[in-house]
Amino acid sequence: MMNLELLATLSVTQSAILAAILVGLSCGLLGCYVVVRRVALVGDTLSHAVFPGVVAGFMWSEERNIYLIFLCAMLAGLLGVMMVRAVQATTRLKSDAALGVVLASFFGIGILWNSTNQQSGVKDFLFGDLAIISALDLQLMGWMTALVIFVVLLLMRPLQVISFDEGFAVGLGYPVKVLNFIFFALLTFTVVVALQAVGVVLVSAMLITPAATAYLLTDRMHRMMVYSAALGIFACVVGALLSSMVSAMPPGPVIALTATAGFSVVYFMAPRHGVVSKWMRSRQQTKKVSRENILKAIYKELETDGFQAHNVSIETLAVIRKVTMEDALQQAKSLVQAGQARWERDKAAIYLTPSGWRVAAMIVRNHRLWELYLTDLMNYESDHVHDDAEKIEHILGEDAVRRLERDLDFPEFDPHGMPIPSLKDFENSRLG
Amino acid sequence: MSTPALETHDLTVTYHKRPVLYGVDLAIPEGNLVGIIGPNGAGKSTFIKAVMGVVPGSSGWVKVFGKPLKDMRHRVGYVPQRESVDWDFPVTVMDVALMGTYGELGLFRRVGKRERMIASESLDKVGMLPYANRQIGNLSGGQQQRVFLARALAQDSDLYFMDEPFVGVDAATERAIIELLQEMRAQGKTVIVVHHDLQSAQQYFDMLMLLNMRLVACGKTKDIFTTELLQKTYGGKLTILSEMADKAAKSSF
Repeated sequence: MMNLELLATLSVTQSAILAAILVGLSCGLLGCYVVVRRVALVGDTLSHAVFPGVVAGFMWSEERNIYLIFLCAMLAGLLGVMMVRAVQATTRLKSDAALGVVLASFFGIGILWNSTNQQSGVKDFLFGDLAIISALDLQLMGWMTALVIFVVLLLMRPLQVISFDEGFAVGLGYPVKVLNFIFFALLTFTVVVALQAVGVVLVSAMLITPAATAYLLTDRMHRMMVYSAALGIFACVVGALLSSMVSAMPPGPVIALTATAGFSVVYFMAPRHGVVSKWMRSRQQTKKVSRENILKAIYKELETDGFQAHNVSIETLAVIRKVTMEDALQQAKSLVQAGQARWERDKAAIYLTPSGWRVAAMIVRNHRLWELYLTDLMNYESDHVHDDAEKIEHILGEDAVRRLERDLDFPEFDPHGMPIPSLKDFENSRLG
Repeated sequence: MSTPALETHDLTVTYHKRPVLYGVDLAIPEGNLVGIIGPNGAGKSTFIKAVMGVVPGSSGWVKVFGKPLKDMRHRVGYVPQRESVDWDFPVTVMDVALMGTYGELGLFRRVGKRERMIASESLDKVGMLPYANRQIGNLSGGQQQRVFLARALAQDSDLYFMDEPFVGVDAATERAIIELLQEMRAQGKTVIVVHHDLQSAQQYFDMLMLLNMRLVACGKTKDIFTTELLQKTYGGKLTILSEMADKAAKSSF
């Protein structure tokens, strides 16, 4: 892969794809640390701060000397980071303002300097162009990416600790300053590698979007790095292919937008943190709560005659739930579908299944137990407690119930004098 | 007399040219449970951070078991404030406990069976082993504090600094923590704890450091938990000192 002659035999498209893979890999990996350390703005500032270095590289070399350009770009980037630190240390400005000042000034210098003596190659770094990547460029990108990957894997554990808890890392005796310097040096490397593919303005998108997407997918750092690198490579390759097929289409925006598309899919669809799955869960919760409320109403209705009757007619359900017959039928149907009730007499009535009874008794118990807790232990007035219990009854877990029962000395009646169903008694008498 | 676990001499810390801690001299003998007590802004956390080297001291020195801290890191454990980290960070309870073993591992050696054993045992001691594979953000405040303690236990140090371990924890956790600290003291360890509640301080600690920018007193709880010294710590006598500190900060040179 590092063989220059071999690289020279690649077609333009092949070179572009190889470069895209390198950029996606290094940005995806390092981006994870950028996101979890909350230094996304640093990535943005760095990509602008290296720009005067790129211009200097072009100005000071006879022909386009990629080594000099990379070197100058890196020095400019590190200088930028150090200036941010200096501004922060000597003024009361926080990092965001310091970053903003440095970003604007460095980028301004680069643009102005370039305008004094237009260098045609500079534009390729400003906006990114994968089509003009030479074998030499590729070789250099390959080495730098390899270095970034090597150091990240080698220092994975220390980097994780300083990212999570810098104070603790100092306590461990880690050379925190050195590690931070290495981190920002790697970040600068990565930015410089990515410049030719996506351009100054969109490098930060490559650093942040794949990693942010991966962050929505997993709670583990190493998985996050795998997902992020995969999405980074995917986005870059799509960008490289599209821009090679459609002439005059710059790869940078395509890469950034592909990554964003990946982010959108995950934003909506991710199993735990995604918006759609959250919405579905909340919808299921709402349905569960509404079923529990119906069951509770049925329980209370049957309780009035000491559980003589076994079923509840739809008419009665409509009355106690204060809804129309049609809605009452719907409510009964939802219980039947959940296996908590069965139809009787040609859908004119329902009776509860054992699981329905269990949930009904549980909710009534939770409600009355909570009311008692509020009145007896929290000194609420007994007419203030019903509304609160209406909410808490659905979320009170078994653990909390056990504790409440113990703290209240296994009570039998709620503040309004109604019996609190105990699950055991209930199952024995009713279902046993 | 044996070497003290912690000795500081003229320890002074300034933040942005404003002195927050003036010339603290003290010596803490081994095997004590020590509370650092003082009003808000008295420099309690700063004292710990300065001793640990997290914030630079502007003058004075710190010795741990008779030697400079950098030679004694492996014998010192640190529990930062719970709010100082991002609990959404993608690590599990086990990962955090494992960090306690990293000091001994150095920068490059991999985590092995031995480290996992130590981390599991530490989590077990604080009752967090069942949560080992949870992401740390899904824990209650008390559970988070227990994870931090497990990480400190995994360090297996002789001297511990803990920054407000009782803040935002439930009563059960507070009891569990104090029992654990007492057990550590029984094993001869020295634990220095930033604490904010005067009432429990008297019960919990056998030594106290009364701090308000200056060290007001440091000694056995029964000797220095007096109205006079507490008034000196919490009273208004220090306003001139604080005003001068502000002035020093403004007259930048």
